[in-house]
Amino acid sequence: MSKATSSLPRTIGAHAILLTYTVIALFPVFVVVINSFKSRQAIFQQPLMPPMPKTFDLVGYTTVFGQGDFFLYFQNSLIVTVVSLFFVLLFGAMAAFALSEYRFRGNTLMGLYLALGIMIPIRLGTVAILQLMVASGLVNTLTALILVYTAQGLPLAIFILSEFMKGVSDDLKNAGRIDGLSEYTIFFRLVLPLVRPAMATVAVFTMIPIWNDLWFPLILAPSEATKTVTLGAQIFLGQFVTNWNAILAALSLAILPVLILYLIFSRQLIRGITSGAVK
Amino acid sequence: MAAASKKPFRWHIGVFLAPAVLVYTAIMILPLFGTLQLSLFRSIEQVQTFVGFDNFRTLFTDPNWSFNFWNALKNNVWFFIIHMVVQNPIGVMLAALLSSPKLRFTAFYRTAIFIPTILSFVIVGFAWKLILSPIWGVAPNVMGLVGLKSWFTPWLGKEEYALTALSLISVWQFVGIPMMLIYAALLSIPDEVIEAAECDGITGWSQFWKIKLPLILPAIGIISILTFVGNFNAFDLIYTAQGALAGPNYSTDILGTFLYRAFFGFQLQVGDPHMGATIATMMFLIILIGVCFYLFLVQRRLRRYQF
Repeated sequence: MSKATSSLPRTIGAHAILLTYTVIALFPVFVVVINSFKSRQAIFQQPLMPPMPKTFDLVGYTTVFGQGDFFLYFQNSLIVTVVSLFFVLLFGAMAAFALSEYRFRGNTLMGLYLALGIMIPIRLGTVAILQLMVASGLVNTLTALILVYTAQGLPLAIFILSEFMKGVSDDLKNAGRIDGLSEYTIFFRLVLPLVRPAMATVAVFTMIPIWNDLWFPLILAPSEATKTVTLGAQIFLGQFVTNWNAILAALSLAILPVLILYLIFSRQLIRGITSGAVK
Repeated sequence: MAAASKKPFRWHIGVFLAPAVLVYTAIMILPLFGTLQLSLFRSIEQVQTFVGFDNFRTLFTDPNWSFNFWNALKNNVWFFIIHMVVQNPIGVMLAALLSSPKLRFTAFYRTAIFIPTILSFVIVGFAWKLILSPIWGVAPNVMGLVGLKSWFTPWLGKEEYALTALSLISVWQFVGIPMMLIYAALLSIPDEVIEAAECDGITGWSQFWKIKLPLILPAIGIISILTFVGNFNAFDLIYTAQGALAGPNYSTDILGTFLYRAFFGFQLQVGDPHMGATIATMMFLIILIGVCFYLFLVQRRLRRYQF
């Protein structure tokens, strides 16, 4: 049995490659986070050492909290992300239900029309979006960002959710109809709870690009009161180019919330990707 | 069905569709066409005037614009090539290793390798800028550990390396996406196919090349088109790491940063919505050609391999 002899080296080889790549993937994050807790001298003298009692220093964090309005930026990002997510999920699920449940003239065409946005990025319409926002007085408001992100998230949400809604049993819905439930009640009471796992997947896919986006905050809402965390961090980092403690602390603060959220939801996200929803 | 068509107008379908269609049409489709339309106009003494394809002629031939445009396009193509030849093979390799049966800790590897993908470009751009900075010395230190210290140069600061270095940073960030999608495709191959191959004595590498790879080609096709759209629409990483001028000396300028400067203005250059719209239209056409090429040529051929 040649298979038994060759499988041990192969397993070790697989682990070696995967482990090497894991180190490559995590190393930059690791270096930034450990150095954010060190004094300026230690950052330059021993960049690869973890913080020791002697080199431990929080001066970067105190600078960041003293300078930037990070709590406000964080709050803006949170409002924009949560509200856009709510609308994407609600409107997306409603449209997906209409497309998957009813046969009507133009159904396929409507599906194709809504799917266009998966391939064509909304960014290409920026020039006219800015004009639209200027005309409606929405520049430098969070509403502008929420509208844009809702439109950006809808195509993929509708596409994924309608695949899932086709799987909801017809008998259940027809039983509801016989009991005299309205179409709205059937949607909100029967169908929505059943597609909750798919909604969670869509939520994660929608959330990450919104939270991380730099383009639209930069163009539509760059004012101090409406900056998001991503834009705020970008500007802060540009201003403090020579203050390494502050930069490393700001980067760590930007990494940690996303990282924690990711570790909580990673099973959901990975299950979403591997369940074939995006195939 | 006859009963359904006799029914009066079914209002609830409209109610379900209306919010999504309205927001999508108003914020996405109309501005997209608005932008295409703007590229045919120019403001002459504050008045919008129809100029046909004049803006495109300016973009292609006026020395003030054409150098930057062709330069950005060329850089963008190189950016895409690096992604295709580095990101996708690494993604396929990692996915193939992860899907090998009875391998332990796969959940850990998957979670860890995907972490860069969820970080924002701002974090990624700055973190790498610091690491590659000759002032800090992390990169030369690490290279010293494997005896390659003399190879270090400030890559991001040199015209000949900066674009490749940034492309590789972007690859580092996004390798998780091909890895996950191909991993999913590999898991969906039916066991019978693999068993049949094993009965015929096809195992290990030859099994991967002869059996699995042809079966995951559709997934590789999807990844390629996603990479294409993402790359020709990229902006954030270059802007964060090199600024809107995409230095050194425009060597990292891609269509996204070029569009930003043209449309929004930067330092001495005044923003021009019409030229911005012209560049956006070119990006739209490039992406459209890529997507059509994929949908009508690539995907049709790949379909044949599906179960």
